[in-house]
Amino acid sequence: MWPLLGVAVIALGFALRLNPLLAIGLAALASGFAAHLSAVEILSALGHAFNENRYVSVVFLVLPVIGLLERAGLQERARMLISRVHAATVGRLLLVYLLLRQITSSLGLVSLGGHAQIVRPLIAPMAEAAGERTLGTVDDETRARIRAHAAAADNVGVFFGEDIFIAIGSILLIRGFLQSSGVVVQPLDLSLWAIPTAIAAFVVHGTRLLLLDAKLARRKAARAESDAAQ
Amino acid sequence: MITLQTVYVFAGLVFGAFAVMSAMDRSNAKRFGNAAFWGLFAASFLFGSYIGDFANGLLVTGLVLVGGFGLIGRGRPTEIDAVARRASAARRGNWLFGPALVIPATALLGTLVFKGISVGGVPLVDPKQVTVISLALGIAIALGVAMLWLRPRLVVPLEEGRRLVDMIGWAAILPQLLASLGAIFALAGVGKAVGVLATQTIPLDQPLVVVVVYCAGMAIFTAAMGNAFAAFPVMTAAIGLPLIVHKFGGNPAIMASIGMLSGFCGTLTTPMAANFNIVPAALLDLPDRYGVIKVQIPTAVLLLLVNTALMYCLVFRFGTHT
Repeated sequence: MWPLLGVAVIALGFALRLNPLLAIGLAALASGFAAHLSAVEILSALGHAFNENRYVSVVFLVLPVIGLLERAGLQERARMLISRVHAATVGRLLLVYLLLRQITSSLGLVSLGGHAQIVRPLIAPMAEAAGERTLGTVDDETRARIRAHAAAADNVGVFFGEDIFIAIGSILLIRGFLQSSGVVVQPLDLSLWAIPTAIAAFVVHGTRLLLLDAKLARRKAARAESDAAQ
Repeated sequence: MITLQTVYVFAGLVFGAFAVMSAMDRSNAKRFGNAAFWGLFAASFLFGSYIGDFANGLLVTGLVLVGGFGLIGRGRPTEIDAVARRASAARRGNWLFGPALVIPATALLGTLVFKGISVGGVPLVDPKQVTVISLALGIAIALGVAMLWLRPRLVVPLEEGRRLVDMIGWAAILPQLLASLGAIFALAGVGKAVGVLATQTIPLDQPLVVVVVYCAGMAIFTAAMGNAFAAFPVMTAAIGLPLIVHKFGGNPAIMASIGMLSGFCGTLTTPMAANFNIVPAALLDLPDRYGVIKVQIPTAVLLLLVNTALMYCLVFRFGTHT
């Protein structure tokens, strides 16, 4: 049971808002020592895995392009585009993005989205502009909430869309693992049975997004009232 | 053949430039911390493949210490003011979206096309890494197009990139570091311990209890590891296959598919899934590091309940015992 110590360390570290890098370092040491690994073995394993996973960070290469376009007014353009659409509200806009993200992911087009490439330069400013159009001015707390919802719509969309595509990593992993345990399943079956959850995700998160508009309006009204009372 | 190594050299040069520019940025009181952090990251891309596991471990330790003890700050390259940006946006119109959309379009096209192209029997692009290489290619093309069109000074994209990467700060290495922690956990046998814990402490003689434990276990274990792919083999070997499929005759495809999606509910709730939850909070300049997670938790909880109900209703109905 002692290797679980690392999980406890990381959970505690996140709960106490310790810098995550330090929490991870301590967790690695805790689990490693508990499993009787030496410091050199732990460092080597960390170094090996860090090196093997460099491809995860390749996406940061997009930042110079996005920065350059932002300097030329990309975010402002995204705002202008949405402020002309009279039907646009925060909730409806993100609902459309959620649906598009789910559909494209389910066709295997997972790269049509992402936080650095699409959410920061396009979706978040559009959602903010929609908020400003319906609410008038938007305070910092509300702005942060709208942005967080833009990121969440991307995550929910891709997580509960991609598994419908038969050649996605998780389907291949499932099939490979079950096969090695002597159970044969067809990729098509796996992707078909992902559809009920995908629909449920759209209904659940979509409903929350539509309720968000009313919630933001209520907060705004409550704030105005408390300001007037002072 | 174009491999990931080519992309890593590109990345190493970009991060190396961030390091040099950080060192020269007098507006940042912690400029040498930034220089050390991005310099080490650049070294990982440029030399990581050649220096061996232990030296890479030391490099990671350096990154953790510099980033973990708050030795890095935010560089503030000269920004263009909002009025000028709005004027530019009005003048350039919707063409501004063009270069931004080149990136996903190239990533997509490359993924479809490169697999079929080979020169003299050798594939042009490493077939296992087509997605990442196509993404990098899309970025390079978009950068070229934007430079030709906007004609800024050559350092401008690097300055802008540094502005954005400094917003992310230490969180930039979090996804890679968490993947490494996952490797340590696997080596230390954390997965096995969780499986033992789940099977020995809960009486698993009712189909409903088994389904609930499997789905909740996938979500919780995924939250702890930050990755449903790490949780799936453990939970499925401990509970899914022996109990749901073999003992109670459930359908393995339904068990596996909905089980994995239960794990994704866990992904929505955890700082361990840094690239989905923590990096965007930094990129969007949220005051709360957990801001994205907080708005995702209600969806995650509701969907986990739906998944559990779906699995219980479907997995035995379409099972092998009927």
